[in-house]
Amino acid sequence: MNQKQQTATTPYRRKMTLQKKQNMIGWAFLLPAAILILWMCFYPMFRALLLSFQSGQGARLSFAGLKNYAFMFKDSIFIQALKNNFIYLLIQVPIMLALALILAALLNNKDLRFRGIFRTAIFLPCATSLVSVSLIFRSMFAVGGFVNVMLMKLGVIQTDINWINGSAITARAVIIIALIWRWTGYNMVFYLSGLQNIDSSLYEAARIDGANGFQQFRKITIPLLRPTILLTAILSTNGTLQLFDESFNLTRGGPTNMSITMSHYIYRTSFENVPKFGYAAAMSYVIFILVAILALVQMRVGDKR
Amino acid sequence: MRNRGLVILIYVFLTIVAFFSVFPLFWMAVSATNNSQTVLSGTLLPGPHLLDNYNNLIANQNVGGAMKNSLLYSLSQTLLSLVICSLAGYGFEIYHTRNKDRLMSILLLAMMVPLAATMVPLFQMMGKMGLLNTAIGFVLPSVSTPFLIMMFRQSARSFPHDIIEAARIDGLNEMQIFLKMFFPTMRATYAAAMTITFMNAWNNYLWPKVIMQTNDSITMPMLTANLIAGYVTDYGMLMLAVLLSTLPTVIIFFLLQKSFTEGIAGAVKG
Repeated sequence: MNQKQQTATTPYRRKMTLQKKQNMIGWAFLLPAAILILWMCFYPMFRALLLSFQSGQGARLSFAGLKNYAFMFKDSIFIQALKNNFIYLLIQVPIMLALALILAALLNNKDLRFRGIFRTAIFLPCATSLVSVSLIFRSMFAVGGFVNVMLMKLGVIQTDINWINGSAITARAVIIIALIWRWTGYNMVFYLSGLQNIDSSLYEAARIDGANGFQQFRKITIPLLRPTILLTAILSTNGTLQLFDESFNLTRGGPTNMSITMSHYIYRTSFENVPKFGYAAAMSYVIFILVAILALVQMRVGDKR
Repeated sequence: MRNRGLVILIYVFLTIVAFFSVFPLFWMAVSATNNSQTVLSGTLLPGPHLLDNYNNLIANQNVGGAMKNSLLYSLSQTLLSLVICSLAGYGFEIYHTRNKDRLMSILLLAMMVPLAATMVPLFQMMGKMGLLNTAIGFVLPSVSTPFLIMMFRQSARSFPHDIIEAARIDGLNEMQIFLKMFFPTMRATYAAAMTITFMNAWNNYLWPKVIMQTNDSITMPMLTANLIAGYVTDYGMLMLAVLLSTLPTVIIFFLLQKSFTEGIAGAVKG
């Protein structure tokens, strides 16, 4: 018995040390990346939490408890910004994802001619920075600009529409149009790569059974793409709640803060006029909590169905 | 017959979507060659004002400087990101233990953290370290991302363990295995990661806006956005600036479209 144990432990022990060594090497490989994320993301997040309980201007801060959080609900600009983010989220994300899904299903057809050209064209907006998108759409929708001229030539409108500064609805509409333009192709790429994993014999079998294109889309494409749809929904929700460039450059938040986003308002509170770091930090935690809650909800709903 | 009508409908639909996808970029390029007045008149024809717009732009703004900054920041971020994240992805997968997996799922939470929340503390940290207006300040917060780590971890999963064992027996140390075996076989992943990181870095706006406070340190997107600050916008000049700041990413897009699409869907594929 004793003899047996000894012969068994010696090679085992040697293997352990080798494993330990490799384990340590593994840690060395991943440590720089892990430290950077802890230092440049989690630590500032913690600092922001501390800041959110402080109030004051610039660098002179004092403890304020939950005052910042209470103030938010009385701050009409913040409430407007929160509403705007949800308007963008609820209108833009479903339209964009549905459009991307339909386009991906159509472009996945191998018999389709000019497939590559269509795909490249629809995907091209992704190469444009959000600042560029904002400025292009701001210019196209300018008073007396291209869109107004075209609509008048077509007889749709009689006089210029002040899209960007005229009314809340048109300003938000232009932001939504710009967002759909920029991100539909991006989401389509996710769906196309998801569709490649679906066995084409499934579609053949469905066709033999007499299912038409729409039925195939509903009964095969959508159920099998569910994980991808869930992922794009989470990514889009996250992105929409953090919108900054479009609000800042396309409409400048206007008219009178009617299209401003939370990130834009937080930036303004932090860096323009009299900086209020504590209040900005409190508002930023609202975004964080919303992102987390909505991601959880979407995961729950996505799993259940 | 009905089927044929449907096919035509599909082509018409796709053509319309493709047209609207390309049109704003076409309009931007055409507008860069026109003056403000003709841009506003709704023209779709190239005009003779490209050179005027260019001269106006470089007289008002330090375009060369901003281009150089954008290139410097984006290239440093791309290079450092690839090194740090590919090492980490490889480490998480090849030497995986339960504790490493736990750490990975914690790091993934970083994807939910909004920049709006971290920007003020990060700004203060950079200020204390004297990194405002520097490339290091630009790069540090976004050099290590869970997305890229996941992407390399995913590709390390497909890297055969037999090869690693064989290389160990041949006397290669762990770093040599990474450099001589993993790196060359995973070129496609590196290309995809490179494209997506460069694009993100080049197009980044909020963070450089926070820390780049001198005129000499601004990026191309910042310079472009500054052009609408005045009361009167010169649309020809503005669209030329947009064109210049979009050109590098569009060129990369056409050269490396496959890598780009793989980069976007990179961390997704199982």
